[in-house]
Amino acid sequence: MATADPAWQLFEQRFGALRRAKRTETILIFVILVLLFLVSAVWTDFSPSRILEGVPKIGEYFAKLFSIQPSQNSPPIAVLSLPHLLGGVKEPQSIAYWFYRFNVYARLLWQTIQMAILATVLGYCTAFAMSFPAARNLTANRYVGFVTRRLLEFMRTIPQVVLAFILVWPYGIGPLAGVVAIAIHTTGTLGKLFSELNENADLRPVEGVRASGGSWLAQMRYGVVPQMLPGFMSYGLLRFEINVRSSTIIGFVGAGGIGSELKRVIGFNIYEEVSAICILILLIVVVIDLLSERVRHRLIGALG
Amino acid sequence: MSASAAHLLPRKAPAYRTLQVAIGIGAFAYLVYLLWLFDLVRVFTGLPKLWIIVRLMVDWSQFAQWDHAELIRSMIETVAMAFLGTFLAVIIALPLGFLGARNIVPNRVFRFLTRRIFDGCRGLDQFIWALVFVRAVGLGPIAGILAIMVAETGVLSKLFAEAIENIDTKQIDGIRSTGASRIAELRYGVVPQILPVMISQALYSIESNSREATILGLVGAGGIGLRLSERIQINAWDQVAYVIVLILITVALIDTLSRWLRLRLIGASAQ
Repeated sequence: MATADPAWQLFEQRFGALRRAKRTETILIFVILVLLFLVSAVWTDFSPSRILEGVPKIGEYFAKLFSIQPSQNSPPIAVLSLPHLLGGVKEPQSIAYWFYRFNVYARLLWQTIQMAILATVLGYCTAFAMSFPAARNLTANRYVGFVTRRLLEFMRTIPQVVLAFILVWPYGIGPLAGVVAIAIHTTGTLGKLFSELNENADLRPVEGVRASGGSWLAQMRYGVVPQMLPGFMSYGLLRFEINVRSSTIIGFVGAGGIGSELKRVIGFNIYEEVSAICILILLIVVVIDLLSERVRHRLIGALG
Repeated sequence: MSASAAHLLPRKAPAYRTLQVAIGIGAFAYLVYLLWLFDLVRVFTGLPKLWIIVRLMVDWSQFAQWDHAELIRSMIETVAMAFLGTFLAVIIALPLGFLGARNIVPNRVFRFLTRRIFDGCRGLDQFIWALVFVRAVGLGPIAGILAIMVAETGVLSKLFAEAIENIDTKQIDGIRSTGASRIAELRYGVVPQILPVMISQALYSIESNSREATILGLVGAGGIGLRLSERIQINAWDQVAYVIVLILITVALIDTLSRWLRLRLIGASAQ
């Protein structure tokens, strides 16, 4: 009999002990998670009843979006039908009616994208310049490297919306504060990524340039930049996608772009314009993501 | 010798070279236009004003009179919002991830629809979701929790679905060969393979969401952001600096904690 075998019994015993230990650990983790959940829920006043209170309001949003009220006191009439949706500007709750201010939105969206472009270019340039002293293997001076790394860390940890909010005071309401805020944040994140790329650089070209008497700048320019450029470009484009998203919201604190318009229409409860702007933002973000992904793949394919 | 050999070297076609120069000049001109459009010179003319703010920020002589209890409470509220939002998002994303995976649900139309729903949740920023939910459930942390939940569900569902698509099918075959049910196949064949990915993703989400949650308060969705925006609006720059320092410390603490947890839970191999 296998069960009578002492080796088997030992195995059973140890296996059982291991399983019990594992099970206790799992239960312990589960209990801790549930406790944390309950504590957070109590702290933030989070209860299912509060959520359920809000659900009718979400329904109300869509109800208002797809219905018209002929006069002040008459009940609303649902108008969700294809001919109605495709009706003209004069017809309430048709698609043309939602987008009747399309020219304004288009201008603001274009401004948003231009903000993202400028902020990405500025951030890219400063990050490029700072990534060489920040890289541990390339820096000319250990203390300069340390200070640059801390500076980059500081730039990327402050939330950019907060930064924009603060910058609105010296620079006034308008896109400039947003551009500067996004550019600073971009410098922080790209600088870290670039310096990490630099730390993995092949140092033989650098030694070659140094051996021929090149200065530190020449060593960076001819030894490091040529091998790193495809990586830099790819990260820069990725950051551009993220910056487009950021610049759509940075207007909430008065820093330009479509965000300020969205904040205004949400404040006034203009349902159809809220949906119109949200749809436009979603569209523009998706289109830019797709375009930039294409360019990035081509870039990597062409150079790597 | 070298001078006579130079003409033998392959040269780029002149047309290609001209095109390159033209594109370069065009890009440069566009950049100059953008600099002019956003009036970037004002960055330098505004520096004296910025300097005034910075000087006010470092003056912490009133430190004892600030409302520390309220600030710390809001900070904990922010972290709680991030935790709750991510926790709920993980619970919702788990089944959605299975529904969006090619090897679990072969129906192409159904998968296309679920994937587009994930994209829709992800495409709008958390900040915009927060605005929408402030309208629906009123001011307070619940709007923030729901915003984090919706946006994070989109991100996590997509990542979970991709993790499930990349699993090794041999384990599932093994379970199936013992005559196990479909649920048992998922539980013992799929879940053990994707669990490490999911845990590390969820921890990372809590980290990044506690950063994001600090700004949700700016639109009234609870947490430290509300305190921060109040203090910016009354120009209490010393307290603004203090709140930012509090945020930086909290984020650093959570980063450290989550790195430690990740190492404990899934071992050094996942790093």
